[in-house]
Amino acid sequence: MKPPPPLLTARRLLMWGGYLALILLAPLLSRSGYWLSLLSQVAIMTVFALSFNMLLGQTGLLSFGHAVYYGLGAMITMHALIAVNQHVVPIPVTLLPLVGGLGGLVFGVLLGYVTTRRAGTTFAMISLGIGEMVAASSLMFPAFSGGEGGLSSNRVIGKGWFGITYGPQIQIYYLIALWGFACVVAMYALAHTPLGRIANAVRDNPERAEFIGYNPQVVRFLMVVLAGFFAGVAGGLTALNYEIVTSESLHAYTSGLVIMMAFVGGVGYFFGPILGALLITVLQMAVSSLTAAWLFYFGLLFLVVVLYAPGGVASVVVEHRRLWHAGVLGRLAPAYLLAALPVLLVGAGVVAVVETVYRLMKEDSARLRVLGFTLDASRGLFWVAVVAAIALGMLLLRKVARTVSDERHRAYATLRQERT
Amino acid sequence: MEFALISLLNGVTYGLLLFMLSSGLTLIFSMMGILNFAHASFYMLGAYFAYQISAKIGFWPALLISPVLVGILGAVIERYGIRKAHRYGHVAELLFTFGLAFLAIEVVQLVWGKAAVDYRIPASLSGTWFTLFSSSFPVYKGFMMAVSVGMLVGLYALLTFTRIGLIVQAALSRPDMVQALGHDVPRIFTLVFGGGSALAAIAGVIGGNAFVTEPAMADALGPIVFVVVVVGGLGSLAGAFIASLLIGILQTFMVGTNYSLVDFARSVGIQLHSAPALARLSLTQLAAIMPYMLMVAILIFRPRGIMGARET
Repeated sequence: MKPPPPLLTARRLLMWGGYLALILLAPLLSRSGYWLSLLSQVAIMTVFALSFNMLLGQTGLLSFGHAVYYGLGAMITMHALIAVNQHVVPIPVTLLPLVGGLGGLVFGVLLGYVTTRRAGTTFAMISLGIGEMVAASSLMFPAFSGGEGGLSSNRVIGKGWFGITYGPQIQIYYLIALWGFACVVAMYALAHTPLGRIANAVRDNPERAEFIGYNPQVVRFLMVVLAGFFAGVAGGLTALNYEIVTSESLHAYTSGLVIMMAFVGGVGYFFGPILGALLITVLQMAVSSLTAAWLFYFGLLFLVVVLYAPGGVASVVVEHRRLWHAGVLGRLAPAYLLAALPVLLVGAGVVAVVETVYRLMKEDSARLRVLGFTLDASRGLFWVAVVAAIALGMLLLRKVARTVSDERHRAYATLRQERT
Repeated sequence: MEFALISLLNGVTYGLLLFMLSSGLTLIFSMMGILNFAHASFYMLGAYFAYQISAKIGFWPALLISPVLVGILGAVIERYGIRKAHRYGHVAELLFTFGLAFLAIEVVQLVWGKAAVDYRIPASLSGTWFTLFSSSFPVYKGFMMAVSVGMLVGLYALLTFTRIGLIVQAALSRPDMVQALGHDVPRIFTLVFGGGSALAAIAGVIGGNAFVTEPAMADALGPIVFVVVVVGGLGSLAGAFIASLLIGILQTFMVGTNYSLVDFARSVGIQLHSAPALARLSLTQLAAIMPYMLMVAILIFRPRGIMGARET
């Protein structure tokens, strides 16, 4: 039997060192508050999305209620922070995310017992029900959840050591970044432990995992509990970052957001959710300042990924890197350029419809000025033009899609030939 | 007595509405193995379409046109979306319908705005049907019951007495065999999906004006319909019927009962002054989470649901 490859290779060390350097040096690029809050949010969402992928990617459990652990972790951290502020318990602020993590862990034990009795579609349904139950219950206990207004406190306690009070955003960013890095490393290591490997086996074939002596239900339970821990840490980081936690953090919307991040990034690779968290958070901040219909574009992006790139951004990147190494990526370029035109045509058509309809409904003036042109949704000609553009784009896309897939097959054929 | 009778009537009305949604969901699930997250979105679209149509040409045409439109939409989505996602497995299908549900809310918000629309009960159906002791029972609730029961009977007749119903039933349990006998199973799937969507839309047309027509209506009812399907037993129409009525009646009774553990203790002679928050929660407050608690209890004590034949 071949011994497993060592966990620490020079290449991996280099990769992790690079990742650490990136998150440590990123704040130096710009001193603006916007940039720092974006980085903080990305770091938190990275942990959250990766913890979600411990379930979907590694164990094959699609959870529609993962925000429960995140939200409860945030609330528990906030209660701990309030208690520290009132000198009830002496916990350094640096260690507070751990409290959130432990809270997520405890709720993972409680709720995981019910949810992991089933796998597959039933698990998805039950996780949704449990998520709704926790969200509805949270408003029943305003003393715990803070009710409609949420919980808030102050993260600056005392003078701090060496001037680290976590008052300035840069200090809290480094706290978040280092906690985030530790969690990412821990989750990566966990994926390579025997538990992580058996979780993969349970995902692929629970019956055979049972044959070799593992109880799939126990494996699923352990993974839910551990994922609850990391989601709780992410929640704790959010609580410290924003100093306010509302019950929205454990609602279905937050659960949906983490599904989108993990899936758009790609659940098949460890680094996929990291890409997804980065992409979705940046889009969230950038697109939401441009248009009120940004959630619509999100939904559309998600559907396109589900239908046309079910492996997410990560699998697209990996696939093209392979072609690049084989030196055949260049051959695909003309086909891709050809496909860009109809994609742009359809995209522009859809955006024109959405934006003008939105203005028509909102302000009663359907005019939209773009690049010197005036689009007017109240005129018939506009609709003729838009529908024609979308239809033409779709038609061309069907044609071009064939060329692209032919080219790709040819590229893969040469790839295989070179191997043999 | 008065409270019990009126609550029972209201509960049955609500339960029948739940069944209209859950019957389509459970048919789609047991046939295609798809848990349709967008099912409540079809309910919402049904209500919004009916609002738009009844503003132009009236409620009665809307009752017919809106479900037909939504049914066609559902069939198109099945044919060009779900069938494509199916190649990548059940998770992709589930996520596709989840994305659809997300998109549906955004579309509704873009077109009709974030606030509730003014979708009213038609004048010919407003007013009181009968008065029980001192509480009145509106005509519209009776109409809702009539439509639900009519649909129930129609669905039963369709599935048991017609040729297409028999093929659907056969495809439920042995799709491969039905395919081998020369029936176009994918087309039956499209048909069932469209039909289920249309059923959800009927529920939207008659429920949208009885309750509120707003973008949040899909999210409010969607999870409860899932609970009904789990509690009733996955893939069982009879189970879904029992669970719908059970949840409908229980919830209506709980909403109307302001009774907590503290009250209970008082009635047996114990005065609780510094009771914890949990003991002071009244049944009214618990009504919102009752369906989920029922689901958890069912999962622990009877995992296949009330009438489910298999554990999935």
